[in-house]
Amino acid sequence: MFENLFVGIANGLRSLLGGLPLEINEAIVMLVKLVAILVFILVNALWLVYMERKVAAFVQARIGPNRVGPKGLLQTTADIGKLICKEIIIHKDTDKLVFMLAPMLVFVPTLMVFAVIPFGKNMAAIDMNIGLLYLLAIGSLSTLIFWMAGWASNNKYSLLGGMRSVAQMVSYELPMVLAILGVIMITGSLKMSDIIAAQEHTWFIFSQPIAFLIFFIASVSECNRAPFDLIEAESELVNGFNTEYSGMAFAMFYLAEYANMLVSCAMVTILFLGGWYAPFGLDFIPSWLWFFIKMYVMMFIIMQLRWTYPRIRVDQLMGFGWKVLVPLSLANIFVTGIGMYIYRAIGW
Amino acid sequence: MIRTQEYNLNFGPQHPSTHGVFRILLTLDGERVVKAEPICGYLHRGVEKLAEARTYTQFIPYTDRLDYLAAMLQNWGYVMAVEKLMGVEVPEKAEYMRVISGELSRLASHLIAIGTYSLDIGAFTGFLLAFRERETTMDLLEELTGSRMTLSYARIGGVAADAPDGWLEKVDKFMDKMPTCIDEYDGLITGNEIFQARTREVGVLKPETAINYSISGPSLRGSGVDYDLRKAKPYGVYDRFDFDVPLGKNGDCFDRFDCRMKEMRQLVRIIKQAIQQIKEIDGPVIGKVPKVIKPPVGDAYAEIETSKGIIGYYVVSDGSPKPYRVHVRRPSFINLGYLDEMLRGYLVADVVAILGSLDIMLGEVDC
Repeated sequence: MFENLFVGIANGLRSLLGGLPLEINEAIVMLVKLVAILVFILVNALWLVYMERKVAAFVQARIGPNRVGPKGLLQTTADIGKLICKEIIIHKDTDKLVFMLAPMLVFVPTLMVFAVIPFGKNMAAIDMNIGLLYLLAIGSLSTLIFWMAGWASNNKYSLLGGMRSVAQMVSYELPMVLAILGVIMITGSLKMSDIIAAQEHTWFIFSQPIAFLIFFIASVSECNRAPFDLIEAESELVNGFNTEYSGMAFAMFYLAEYANMLVSCAMVTILFLGGWYAPFGLDFIPSWLWFFIKMYVMMFIIMQLRWTYPRIRVDQLMGFGWKVLVPLSLANIFVTGIGMYIYRAIGW
Repeated sequence: MIRTQEYNLNFGPQHPSTHGVFRILLTLDGERVVKAEPICGYLHRGVEKLAEARTYTQFIPYTDRLDYLAAMLQNWGYVMAVEKLMGVEVPEKAEYMRVISGELSRLASHLIAIGTYSLDIGAFTGFLLAFRERETTMDLLEELTGSRMTLSYARIGGVAADAPDGWLEKVDKFMDKMPTCIDEYDGLITGNEIFQARTREVGVLKPETAINYSISGPSLRGSGVDYDLRKAKPYGVYDRFDFDVPLGKNGDCFDRFDCRMKEMRQLVRIIKQAIQQIKEIDGPVIGKVPKVIKPPVGDAYAEIETSKGIIGYYVVSDGSPKPYRVHVRRPSFINLGYLDEMLRGYLVADVVAILGSLDIMLGEVDC
């Protein structure tokens, strides 16, 4: 019943603005879409902070936030309110421009990435034909921002955090892209909608299980989540790259972490969990809701990982990336190629 | 040519993983430690000097503040030295109460040690799980002494009070539950692949070095040296209990951690035996001690095994009601002696792992 809710709204808006020239009409619709995405990300980030605290409480045999609002739902809102009121301390040795630019820019890559993510049937803001490439290219920009924050802080802990961030990105972007290659070989397209359409019968998690594992591990590492949260590494680096940030500047980094998680989970959903396709023919649940459910299941797994595992050491992180994930992803491409050749030769 | 530059990093005193206000001045080459200079004294309160202006009994609460996580063991060491000086006989029941409350204190301290160690390695959940059982321990100690951390339970010649009704049964019940809880920590922390990768072969302490540097406690036993005062030179009634001294093999961070874990299982055994034996004893919990404590001129040294190592109290009397001099051999401080060489060549993340595995208590380090 709600299948075409959002598509319907978009179409309704288009016809409402029917009197206007086509270009202006499209521009307004696009603007509305992007604002909707912005709101979606921010509301999700707020909710995810709450969810993380509840999941943590669940793992640790506690109750978690339960005072502000019903069931503590407004806890994050209250926290953000508090952080807005706090002073942003800029100490005298910082590179002030870069220092303040970093928290302002931290949401930009995430927002840009969301433009190509299909949240349901026909529900991508822009369905680019190089969607996946765009996503990977823009997604890795966030490292630059962590590096900016780490460098401009003029603090050795932050510097170490920033350095680690770059090293980690370089070593984990590679297996991530190589893992996706297996999927791309099968679909033969970089377009998001094509990739999802190819999974109508079999999700790629079943035909590409190794690629899924590599991609999942690499994307946990890309969002700097435990056990790969080396750039923050509270017990070693105090707070890593954002040690010197306070008030809302800190909150921006904090929320961006969750927005990045959202991107990673959305990517896992699109590439391996069949995007918005309903499993077991449960079509009565709208496609966008399916997308959401799958995304949040991944999110829960990532959160549970964080509250269970200790942090890996920096040399072990590099070793694992280069010595395990990269060879494994190359082997996966090889196996996929042979598999596809045999598949075509037999001609099933 | 590529040239790297060494730089200094002030690790502490305001740092989440120095377990208080400890400071290490690290010289780093990238992330690798070239030199480490431990700097302590940020929590110095002059406890030894304060003792000279207090009566013998008044000094007991100050010993709480040395190692506030295992306060009873600190009290015990001090009163033992004074008892030795005065030649006071401690009633049997008091000895048992000291064992029970002392071992509960050790449990509380070890729970913090393993909990914060898991936090140092980066796993938050282990910390909170350990605190769950510590809460019960604290509740039990509160019921016994009226205080949760700074117990001041020992008195010269005995202990402050007998156990309240039903307290021993409660402790017994808790001790029944404890092994399953320790299994849970083992499953979550000790058995974890990443935890083992982080702690094995890190910060190796050779048995000879450990002995040469006078390191004691689980940090010594982690290196495989079988020396536990409770077994080697039994004080109190420790010779009446059947327990093992867990030993490590390689002397790395993991072994030191694992020693604490296994020691918790042993202390459960000790407490259970003590409860069984105390039920058959009747009598006072404090011996015949004069109102004003005036030990004869002389000196005495007593040492006991605390959760951190061997704590020794050296008390000198000039015949007045106040000690002439009190000196404390603090295990945490002495265990730090080898820190510099131990840290060299390891990464920043290992600094935290090694420091945490020594389980220092800043109140004791700075005294």
